[in-house]
Amino acid sequence: MRNGLFEWEKPLYELERRIAELQKFTTEEDMDLSREIATLEKKADSLRREIYKNLTPWQQVLLARHPKRPTTLDYIELIFDDFIELHGDRHYRDDPAIVGGIASLDGISVTVVGPQKGRDTKENIRRNFGLPHPEGYRKALRLMEQAAKFHRPIISLIDVVGAYPGIEAEERGQGNAIAECIRRMSFLQVPIICVITGEGGSGGALAIGVGDRILMMEHAWYSVISPEMCAQILWKDTSKAPEAAEALKLTAQDLLELGAIDAIVPEPLGGAHRNHEEAAANLKKALKENLQELMQVPADELVEQRLARFRRIGKWRERTMAASTSHK
Amino acid sequence: MFKDLFRTKPKYVTVRPQAVPVKQDTSAALWQKCPHCSNLIYKKDLEKNYHVCEKCGFHFRISIAERLHITVDEGSFREIDTHLESDDPLKFPGYPEKLAQAREKTGLDEALIVGRAAIHGHPCMLAVADFDFMAGSMGSVVGERVTRTFEMAIEEELPVVIFSAGGGGARMQEGILSLMQMAKTSQAVERHSRAGLLYVSVLTNPTLGGVYASFASLGDILLAEPGALIGFAGPRIVEEATRQSLPKGFQSAEFAMEHGMIDKIVHRKDMRQVLGKILSLHRKGRVSSA
Repeated sequence: MRNGLFEWEKPLYELERRIAELQKFTTEEDMDLSREIATLEKKADSLRREIYKNLTPWQQVLLARHPKRPTTLDYIELIFDDFIELHGDRHYRDDPAIVGGIASLDGISVTVVGPQKGRDTKENIRRNFGLPHPEGYRKALRLMEQAAKFHRPIISLIDVVGAYPGIEAEERGQGNAIAECIRRMSFLQVPIICVITGEGGSGGALAIGVGDRILMMEHAWYSVISPEMCAQILWKDTSKAPEAAEALKLTAQDLLELGAIDAIVPEPLGGAHRNHEEAAANLKKALKENLQELMQVPADELVEQRLARFRRIGKWRERTMAASTSHK
Repeated sequence: MFKDLFRTKPKYVTVRPQAVPVKQDTSAALWQKCPHCSNLIYKKDLEKNYHVCEKCGFHFRISIAERLHITVDEGSFREIDTHLESDDPLKFPGYPEKLAQAREKTGLDEALIVGRAAIHGHPCMLAVADFDFMAGSMGSVVGERVTRTFEMAIEEELPVVIFSAGGGGARMQEGILSLMQMAKTSQAVERHSRAGLLYVSVLTNPTLGGVYASFASLGDILLAEPGALIGFAGPRIVEEATRQSLPKGFQSAEFAMEHGMIDKIVHRKDMRQVLGKILSLHRKGRVSSA
């Protein structure tokens, strides 16, 4: 990627540059070029549609990692009112790689949590590139349990490559922090909507990914393992990540078909980074629709339905009795 | 009612314990070298010593059959055949071949078997994993078997004991379906827990990734075999990500113990006795009168 542009966007970039030039000419020279501009814009539009309709899984992964893609705090700012960030796990420290707090979604009080990537190098270092430590997950769990106490719905915005694989993270129980998050979130008696907004990497994403509705932004990915790590394990070669991305079935469309998510939230043409407001507006609409439905369901029924949903997941063959005996 | 709709009722089949395949290596030499201290051990002695190096205490990996032999009351294990066989839902390159190889190598149909057993006369539901089957990783079938173990235990009001050896974590060849097994199994653990029943998780070498970050670390009591590798990200991944040299004994059972992650390290020869005591202390009537 160069200057925030992907290789496959280059023809589009050329067109967009020419349109900009003509527009500049129009204002500076006071000439009416609107017809030419309109033709080019039409062309760019169809090219854009063409390109983004046929993205490979690996291109989706790259898109989900675009440095200008809206982060959790960007979405929070654009979607909610009166957000108050709450900090700390009350055990060890405040993990800047996960943010959370209370806010209003058009008058409904909610708790919002989610991993937070940095928007520049400095912030990325402070936030450990959005890779949470156990205390991050414990903070998220604390805030989610607090939400249940006050009967507030929970919105979990997920954008994380994975839980941080560090020495201290292991010393402080990364695995158990994730397991406890999963287990306790599963039984909270309030509506939970999880959204994979960018990257959904493995247990680090699932830790805050158990909900009544699981939505996914159009160009996000969600997988049991990152394509790079999968390629490394299978073929000892991270450059085969594109093949791994293909094999893992990690796009929103694939996951919808596999029953792992409920709905896809459309992004602006070319990806959420091209228009934060539009992406956030789409997400807000989806959140409100789903929340209105979920708030009609009694709390204990909500939990039963949530559990039933995960109980169903898995694919296998049923062995016949005859085959079973011959196997033994 | 709604709940029942999705509940697949397991059909039970009991098999004789002999039906559990015992690994037999006919061509192997009489001696085995300890990978930890390089001690040469006479294989017959190794077997007698629970597959533990007499010199340094290294715990060799053992098959499910051997595990059952040294852990449960003789003849008490009854495998529950779930009739589930791993499929290839993602059409993942090489997965059917890997499954076939694992079946051939271990004689098992999956990385984990479940059944009813008794330890020191105390009945329990038992699940045991085998690392040799695709690194003991959890796909749909392993996840479903673990879940059914807890469900049957709830129905029969039994404690659960699980020996995990999930070095491979969540099985990547089944993609998101494997990841979701972490949620499914963790929820089953909690349902069992809410029924007031005991779950003892025994971590054997190695227990990592999605297996550790779900049902394996959620026991009421966590035991581990000496030297077992326990953690979320494996040591190689941590080393690569941090570019730091790892502390001595990083992610060993002893390290996990020191950092408060497990309750007790139990030598293999004592495992049966310790499990028996724990089950005995939790038997009905023992605590409810208080």
